[in-house]
Amino acid sequence: MNAALLIIIASIIFALTIGIRARKGKDMNLEQWTVGGRGFGTVFIFLLMAGETYSTFTFLGGSGWAYGKGGPTFYILIYGTLALIMSYWYVPAIWRYAKEKKLMSQSDFFVSKYNSPYLGVLVSIVGVVAVIPYLVLQLKGLGSIVSEASYGAISPTVAIWIGVIVLTIYVMISGIHGSAWTAVVKDILILGVTVFLGIYLPLHYYGGYQPMFEAIDQAKSGFLTLPSQGLSISWFISTVLLTSLGFYMYPHAFGAIYSGKNEKTFRKNTIIMPLYQLILLFVFFAGFAAILQIPGLKGDEVDLSLLRLSKLAFDPWVMGVIGAAGVLTALVPGSMLLMSAATLLAKNVYGVFVPSATDKQIVSLAKYLVPVVALVSLFFTFKSGTIVALLLMGSSMVTQLFPAMIFSLMRNNFVTKQGAFAGIILGEATVAYITLSKTTIGTLFPLLPQWVKDINVGIIALTINVIVMTIVSMVTKNYSVSNKKTEQVAS
Amino acid sequence: MKLIFILAIIPFIGFLGGIPFVNKVNPYILGMPFILFWIVLWVVITSGLMAIIFNLDPKNRRENE
Repeated sequence: MNAALLIIIASIIFALTIGIRARKGKDMNLEQWTVGGRGFGTVFIFLLMAGETYSTFTFLGGSGWAYGKGGPTFYILIYGTLALIMSYWYVPAIWRYAKEKKLMSQSDFFVSKYNSPYLGVLVSIVGVVAVIPYLVLQLKGLGSIVSEASYGAISPTVAIWIGVIVLTIYVMISGIHGSAWTAVVKDILILGVTVFLGIYLPLHYYGGYQPMFEAIDQAKSGFLTLPSQGLSISWFISTVLLTSLGFYMYPHAFGAIYSGKNEKTFRKNTIIMPLYQLILLFVFFAGFAAILQIPGLKGDEVDLSLLRLSKLAFDPWVMGVIGAAGVLTALVPGSMLLMSAATLLAKNVYGVFVPSATDKQIVSLAKYLVPVVALVSLFFTFKSGTIVALLLMGSSMVTQLFPAMIFSLMRNNFVTKQGAFAGIILGEATVAYITLSKTTIGTLFPLLPQWVKDINVGIIALTINVIVMTIVSMVTKNYSVSNKKTEQVAS
Repeated sequence: MKLIFILAIIPFIGFLGGIPFVNKVNPYILGMPFILFWIVLWVVITSGLMAIIFNLDPKNRRENE
């Protein structure tokens, strides 16, 4: 057993220990388990939200994109920042409403706003379908980090199994408290590791940032900017806008909003969070550094660029620290994903069809669903191939929830529950069709100018969603006027 | 009240409106290709703007932490 492996194992035991200790002195009802009793202050909320942006996908995928795609990678820095600006207004509003109505899950929000449990079922299904590929990605990342860092001693398959077991145990025992405490350790570790790699690798191999970028620019002309077609300027702008709307729409991100202590917390965080995004720069630098040192990685392998270059550059114990950081970046978002999927299924699907279920039954069902969701994700992890497609589909799917959410926060919401339902259904159907048939605006309208063809096709689904939502709402308006009046009196 | 909305729109213009004009490598600033420098600069500006918005917004004075 080498030094790298020892450090990774120690970090897993450590994560498990603090996850279990974090629940001490707390009665674990659903409110404690899933939204931390709404008692998280600025620092914890910051870490949970930031932990969200820092998943394995960013760590490996961010460097992988820099390695494989170059300039278009920079969109990652922008969409989060713009999402944070918008969140200054709508996130506190969601929190306030959630607290007043004692909401637990993302679907509860839609159920309560539109007074329709079945809308909640729909939103839950969308959420779970979107979360599973995200979880699969964390698990795959976990597998490759551990197997690379152990120099092949642990196979990815074994690593994934260990990861799933650890994840399941600590989610079942401590819920979100475990996530928050592990997030503290993980953030410090990942911060140190990425900044170190992003500074050391370019300096060591190229003597500085500018020499590195110049060498890349010379070897691959145009790689550092946006190409004139494909991932072009219009792709970039449309993708940034679309993904920034979806930023808080994943059920675990939406659910994390509820765990705040007061609404000021969220507004305050929008000042620091953009700067925190800049840590991603160092992830990109590491990926760029690998281009000329580890050439020839193709397909899924680009995600290994950071690990491969580190292996070339460092002693095993450094790989151990990098591996440990990587493991924790998979565990924190992974646990939140698992937890929110289980809560949605128990409360917003089972609870609707079996109205007699007590709170206690729902909590235990949610806990027992954790290993079930974990196993389903495990199945897809080993049956890989279409993961990236699924992930992109998942992110487009949750974005379809944005219009119904944002209109429901307005004082005079014209959207009816039928409108919200129809809009979401048709939006999702469009997303599914587009993804599965690999449609682009270019294939739909081959005669349009190139810049229009490059626009992110997700815009079409969102447009259909809003149009259908508006029309159906107009038609069903008279029917629901009475509903809305009671709603206004209540708020 | 209106002012904070105007401040919030500025980064959208800076990031997205700027991209067509800054999609180039030269000049390098702080070792970064110009497009990357532009984006980083706007992330920092956004943080500053959010600080101003936070302080101007009367909602943040009413509640106590």
